[in-house]
Amino acid sequence: MDAHIQVKNLNVYYGKQQALKNINIEIPKNQITVIMGPSGCGKTTLLKTFNRFLELLDGAQISGEVLVDGQNIYDREVDVTEVRKAVGLLAQRPSPLPMSIYDNVAYGMHIHKMKSERKEYKAAVRHYLEIAGLWEEVHKRLHDPATSLSIGQQQRLCLARGLAVEPEIILGDEPTSALDPISSQNIESRLLQLKQQYTTVIVTHTLRQAKRLADYVIYMYLGEVIEAGPAREVFTNPKHERTKQYLEGLF
Amino acid sequence: MGMKKKYFQRRHIVELFMKTIMRIALVIVAGALGLILWTIISRGLPALSWDMVSQVPKGGYYMGKEGGILNAIIGSAYLASGGTLLAILISLPIALYLKAYLGDSKWGGYVRLSLDVLWGIPSVVYGAFGFALMIILGLRASLLAGIIILALIELPIMTRAMDEVIRRMPAELEHAAFALGSTKFEVALRVVTRQMLPGIVTAVLLAFGRGIGDAASVLFTAGYTDRIPTSLMRPTASLPLAVFFQLGSPYPEVQQRGYAAALILTIIVLAVSLGSRWLSARLNKYTVK
Repeated sequence: MDAHIQVKNLNVYYGKQQALKNINIEIPKNQITVIMGPSGCGKTTLLKTFNRFLELLDGAQISGEVLVDGQNIYDREVDVTEVRKAVGLLAQRPSPLPMSIYDNVAYGMHIHKMKSERKEYKAAVRHYLEIAGLWEEVHKRLHDPATSLSIGQQQRLCLARGLAVEPEIILGDEPTSALDPISSQNIESRLLQLKQQYTTVIVTHTLRQAKRLADYVIYMYLGEVIEAGPAREVFTNPKHERTKQYLEGLF
Repeated sequence: MGMKKKYFQRRHIVELFMKTIMRIALVIVAGALGLILWTIISRGLPALSWDMVSQVPKGGYYMGKEGGILNAIIGSAYLASGGTLLAILISLPIALYLKAYLGDSKWGGYVRLSLDVLWGIPSVVYGAFGFALMIILGLRASLLAGIIILALIELPIMTRAMDEVIRRMPAELEHAAFALGSTKFEVALRVVTRQMLPGIVTAVLLAFGRGIGDAASVLFTAGYTDRIPTSLMRPTASLPLAVFFQLGSPYPEVQQRGYAAALILTIIVLAVSLGSRWLSARLNKYTVK
């Protein structure tokens, strides 16, 4: 397997409580990996170690390694802003920045000084809005506040905004859980289209969504990885009793 | 059908009664505002002239002769802007400290309680306090002392208003910006400031409004003079005191000028408050509610 992310001996504590227990997994490049498991099992915690987001929470302690392209992102000399540029995040609820639709997409490119001319920024904003499937709906109102969009549109805006800083990896923390069915389907189809170019890791609590999206599956329970493997194998022939019970909907 | 209105049912009577009380309250509030405006306009407008706003009092002004109250207009502008500026320099760090370090902790509660207590202290007490302090320090009534005491009066209003604005800042906004690889400074400058600016502008202008209208505190600390102050150490006139002194005069012409001064003060406060509404609505366009 061509691993894009490797996790080695990862442990996370919130105060005295251990949230992740000795995690060792690999996440394949340019595929969709789905992390699933019952709530409170540490799915989101694991996801947030990939872009060093746990550091934003008070009292989270991390040990072990997370390697992206062979580089441990927790190394002392690694710049956290570069990690987050390379590893984009689609949050549970869309949170547009307090600016216009256009500026939301341009924001990341501006802070990383990715373009030099106005024209280039304009073209890039259009490009990423098109990829997110939002251009048609917003091209006449690019300077309206981003909050004037519907929730589903906002989530696609957040996708465009995240893609605009040219990440290699997209993380999704239950990215459709706040959306209506049609918007959810829209986001899912975007993610499927994008998977050839991006390594995608999605946390979900809906089994059906996992089955629709996953190429690779990680099943977690109480802070441990119980089973990880290609989606077809895990879904049709789970090796562990716990995984089997979960897939059968026993809990 | 049984769906016709039953006017004499108890709940309908209660509904009507409550609605009437609310309407009466509204009429009282609107009526009071209307009466105040009518009083100062009808009595002040005839005395309002170009001289009033462009000249300082000349000899015999307080007996009805020539001159104006430019000294008080400029004095009030200096006092209120100076006090507001000083109050911003102190309130903003307190509000940020409350958010970043104290939060909703026990000490945060104590700080907010003491600010609320300070908010409730009458301004004449501030004036007396300032006066006592000036005696100890050997200072005389001056623009500087007036500015300091107005800053103290404005401080609790401004800090609590800013505190509310900062507390309402959604954490997800910062996270969204961090997720794109922002540094903390970029988050503060480009995201947090944009989100909070309208609220902070409102807080500042609210405090300014209280500062410019306050009479008792500047009476003790800034004094009163017919000259426009040329230095921070000189005493200065102010509009609320110009109103007070002229209304206390036995000459009808001077009393009328007192109403004119009140009209000028009201116009300034009204302009500031309308201006702040306009500005914060403009800045508010993009904020996340």
